[in-house]
Amino acid sequence: MTTPEYFLEVHELKKYFQAGRPGIFSRRTRRVHAIDGVDLCLERGETIALVGESGCGKSTLALTLMGLEKPTAGRIIFEAEEITHADERTRKALRQRIQMVFQDPYESLNPTQTIGEIVAEPLVVHGLAREGGERQGRVVRALEDAGLKPAADYLHRYPHQLSGGQRQRVVIASALVLEPHLLIADEPVSMLDVSIRAEILNLLAELRRTRQISIIFITHDLGTVGYFADRVAVMYLGRIVEVGRTKEVLKNPQHPYTKALLSVIPVPNPRLRRERVILQGETPNPIDLPGGCRFHPRCPVAEERCQQDEPPRVTAAPLHHAACWLVSGKKP
Amino acid sequence: MKRTQYLLKRLGWSVFTIAFVLVLNFFLFRVLPGDPARAGVHDPRLKQEAVEAIRVRFGLDKPVINCFESLNPVRFGSCDVNPLETQFFIYVRNLFKGDLGISYHTNRPVAEILAERLWNTILLIGLGQILSIFLGVALGIFAAWKARTAIDYGALLTSLLAWSLPTFWLGIILLFWGSAHGLPIAGKATPGTSSWPLMQQWGDVLRHMLMPTLTYTIVYLGEYTLIMRSSLLDVLAEDYILTAKAKGLNTFQILKDHALKNAMLPLVTVIAINLGFTVAGVLQIEAVFSWPGLGGAIYESVLRRDYPILQGAFLLIAVAVILANLIADLTYSYLDPRVQSE
Repeated sequence: MTTPEYFLEVHELKKYFQAGRPGIFSRRTRRVHAIDGVDLCLERGETIALVGESGCGKSTLALTLMGLEKPTAGRIIFEAEEITHADERTRKALRQRIQMVFQDPYESLNPTQTIGEIVAEPLVVHGLAREGGERQGRVVRALEDAGLKPAADYLHRYPHQLSGGQRQRVVIASALVLEPHLLIADEPVSMLDVSIRAEILNLLAELRRTRQISIIFITHDLGTVGYFADRVAVMYLGRIVEVGRTKEVLKNPQHPYTKALLSVIPVPNPRLRRERVILQGETPNPIDLPGGCRFHPRCPVAEERCQQDEPPRVTAAPLHHAACWLVSGKKP
Repeated sequence: MKRTQYLLKRLGWSVFTIAFVLVLNFFLFRVLPGDPARAGVHDPRLKQEAVEAIRVRFGLDKPVINCFESLNPVRFGSCDVNPLETQFFIYVRNLFKGDLGISYHTNRPVAEILAERLWNTILLIGLGQILSIFLGVALGIFAAWKARTAIDYGALLTSLLAWSLPTFWLGIILLFWGSAHGLPIAGKATPGTSSWPLMQQWGDVLRHMLMPTLTYTIVYLGEYTLIMRSSLLDVLAEDYILTAKAKGLNTFQILKDHALKNAMLPLVTVIAINLGFTVAGVLQIEAVFSWPGLGGAIYESVLRRDYPILQGAFLLIAVAVILANLIADLTYSYLDPRVQSE
């Protein structure tokens, strides 16, 4: 079922990594199933939050969408253009439209470049705004949009002279300077102090409003999701187990994994405190995935068929899908 | 300005270190036994006046320092010695005039001998360093670029092998090989060529330099390749390289604009340290190829107990090491903006 008006479509995307080389004793190559069949659609101007624990494949999905990792199987369609196996030239043109904000602002800035050089570099590389004045103007605008005002104070400083929050604003500015249509933010606040997180989240929300950018917001913290995402997709072991409008998923979670995640978010009001579902055991090894539903070894409500067959994705409510045998709904 | 302040601070430290080495170096050779006069004492034909004359000639008749017996250099006056008339102050005073004393063995000024020898050494290590740096860096970049392929492993193995070869052994092997191919095996120039035209003279020197330079290049090439490769691989794993890729830079741009400048930092340190120490460290190469350089001079002087030359050479080496480190610091402040704010 392909609806062409979608801005970004991901079909059955898979990315496997080789785990070591095939040894002398085992001829079989072991593979890490980092993403294992992800379906995702995004409308123009929409923000989707991708939630999951560490190692569930969120970041790999981001890198694959960026073309920094080659997908093993599946398709990616962006602005009505198949980009799954885009060649180098198409990919470079794409980079103007898809930009990424990385997790760690301490590591993602080159220590030997000034802020001005860092933000101007994408323009230089893509040969945009060739006039000196125009380029400077765009750099200044991007910095000020990212909340670094007045920009002139920052242009000639080096990353080590800025705080973590300021650095992340620089990272955002250097993504914005190309005026992308899609911004992939890979845990943009997890390395920052709690006091600064809200500022950066506000900044992203505002950019989305003023610039009409679609954002894929990757996080392991369901608490920040309700903040500004239109929809939320919950990932578990390389697959999206539940996706729906943020309010609906938060209020009425369908998948037992989502329920467990939500139940451990601290609620300030003691009267509203819920029963916590603490998941038992570790996340299974993504090399040897459990058969059936991949969540069944940790699922508090697993039944026998969960161990045998993989649950289909069902529609519980309009635009609200979950992949669980216990969710009643119609198959799409 | 912060930068100027940083440079001045570094410069001040260098001057202080040189002064310290100078003092230490002076006493080091005064503590050692033996001087030319005493060496001759055993010869019954040597008259007392002659011994005195030798002592005066080399300035050994004066006290080393005032109150040397009490080992208290700050106690002036009471020892009946004018501090300005001691060996130490005469040495320091002469040093400022560029006079390093007179060689016990050849009776020539040390400064003259060392200048000649230093020039030969600089010729050798200069060419060797330039070759090994350029080849090593290029090979290191290539290996890192082709990381974990057969090319990479080949480069890794070769560099490790080259690095661990004993210098003198490699020198001897190349010496045999070179002599079998008609290359000169000893010295800097063929005797009797001083009347040749300048171009031919230089050609002769270059032919003599070929084997020692090759030895030097091979030994240091391995080190530079290994450091460059691992440093570049470290930098290539950084997040800002991924960011640069996401921004649309191609491999060449990433290497040029982001990776190399950061990966050069460890190499600069090693090059600087090597530059300083190789002034003395080419001793093995110079001994094998009878190259008339500083290392050779040290070797000969140790055998002859020619202390003034050793003292001068040690000072020269210390100054070279300190200068090389100063240059490394300055290069650092240019390459890495974080250095200045520390």
